Amino acid sequence: MAVLELTNISRHFGAIQAVNDVSLSIEPGQVVGLMGDNGAGKSTLVKMIAGNFRPSHGTMHMDGKELILHKPAEARQHGIEIVHQDLALCNNLTAAANVYLGRELRRGVGPFRILDYASMYKRAGQLFAELKSETRPRDLVKQMSGGQRQAVAIARTMLSQAKIVLMDEPTAAISVRQVAEVLNLIRHLRDQGIAVVLISHRMPDVFTVADRVIVMRRGRKVADKTIASSSPEEVTGLITGAIEQV
Amino acid sequence: MALTIDQPIEHKQQSLAARLFASQTFWVVIAVILACVFLSFATDAFATSKNLYNITRNITFVAIIALGMTFVIITGGIDLSVGSVLCLSSMVLAVTMHAGYSIEVGILASIATALAIGAFNGVLIAYLGFPPFVVTLGMLSIARSLAMVASNNTVVFQFGPDHAKLLSLGGGAWVFGIANPVLYMILLALITGFILRWTKFGRHIFAIGGNEHAATLTGVPVRQIKVAVYMISALSAGIAGIIQTGWLGAVTTNLGTGMELQVIAATVIGGANLAGGVGTAFGAIVGAALIEVIRNSLGLLGINAFWQGVFIGGAILLAVLFDRIRNFRRSD
Repeated sequence: MAVLELTNISRHFGAIQAVNDVSLSIEPGQVVGLMGDNGAGKSTLVKMIAGNFRPSHGTMHMDGKELILHKPAEARQHGIEIVHQDLALCNNLTAAANVYLGRELRRGVGPFRILDYASMYKRAGQLFAELKSETRPRDLVKQMSGGQRQAVAIARTMLSQAKIVLMDEPTAAISVRQVAEVLNLIRHLRDQGIAVVLISHRMPDVFTVADRVIVMRRGRKVADKTIASSSPEEVTGLITGAIEQV
Repeated sequence: MALTIDQPIEHKQQSLAARLFASQTFWVVIAVILACVFLSFATDAFATSKNLYNITRNITFVAIIALGMTFVIITGGIDLSVGSVLCLSSMVLAVTMHAGYSIEVGILASIATALAIGAFNGVLIAYLGFPPFVVTLGMLSIARSLAMVASNNTVVFQFGPDHAKLLSLGGGAWVFGIANPVLYMILLALITGFILRWTKFGRHIFAIGGNEHAATLTGVPVRQIKVAVYMISALSAGIAGIIQTGWLGAVTTNLGTGMELQVIAATVIGGANLAGGVGTAFGAIVGAALIEVIRNSLGLLGINAFWQGVFIGGAILLAVLFDRIRNFRRSD
């Protein structure tokens, strides 16, 4: 069964139709590349899944149940996690503190509860080990490489039982070697049965790691096919509009 | 795999000594100690119990507010209204007690006033997006004016039935001959240190100062926390005002004039960063101590008091210079 199913989703802002009648479904453990030019509606679509916007029309279902989100915190409760393009990290805090930001572990009783540093370091260390990342929980994020920072942001999504992780341009601003690192992180998520939606402009990344590619143009879904049955040339044509629809 | 999971978990970036030497607060402590040692030998008057009693007590008023200011500065804000809030809180206390109410009622009214002003600042800053500098600059003017209105710009020096209690609260020395204000300062510093290090609230304050946008995205209640930090800052000014009233035995409407700058100086000298994300309770106390030791020593060494500003200003620049050198090395 699909972990997430969108049916005839539309969203308009005044007269502007940002997303127009899009339907798609995402299976567990599947990596879906979401591609399209600027203004194609990718971000708006993702923001609806993340609970930032509500769809004007259409319905979303998660594991067969209807999904109605009023704010991002509710999406998180349903197991939808987002890795923001700027990663949303605090440079002045440690890796573990960033992983647990907003959901710190505490120990003690009633109002006398203090931060549980030991447990947070331990669990963060385990998550980094699962991701096969060299990131260390006590290191300050300030001094980390782009790949390590990605690992911190991704580890955050693994704290709770995430079912689907939305990644917004995770490889946009990092070095070539670090891109490989991030793609590996994505594979580790997939291997744990988590569905990943990868929003990217970078054709090679999508074709390396994704199982399926969805292309959007002017608010409409113009293609949704397996990577094996497509090619970078075809996707480029779909993005630019040289190929109308497949 | 030879590496066990515990190694990365236990790994610390720097040894204790390395962290110490890299900390601005540590060097300010050294400066304070050196100054004290030097003054003990250079003057007869410094190392007397009377002078040390005075110094430690004089530190407290700036230090207590610097503790509150530390919260605000860690979030990347600033509170210029603390000197005026100190004056207004003192005046509310004085006027209430002068009217015949008990010391408890007076303190309650005074604290409530401070908290209300802090909440007002905080709401304008957090919910309406006013710049902290502007809001608190406005409040600097408003609060002092209200103090004048409350007292009709007179000096209040009679505090009704609980007059003696108030004077003992601020001017006494209940434990081992240590001035009461010093005890309050130590207690408040411990509370501040605990909050910053061990509570979720403290963690979120650092997160807001580090990256406010990230804090919002990860579900930190940024607005509520911002209101809270301005309330804490005003509360600390209110507490300092109450203690200072008890110590001085009189309240005038120019109490605490220019104090906001001393407080901010103490916080910055102690290692807090005005850009946000960095600051400690201990640093605030040490910064206040350095300023007071400089002031005291100039007097004892017979240097014209007009030079005070130069030395305190120099200390601010020197402290920040250390920080710049450290960052400069790191960015190489």
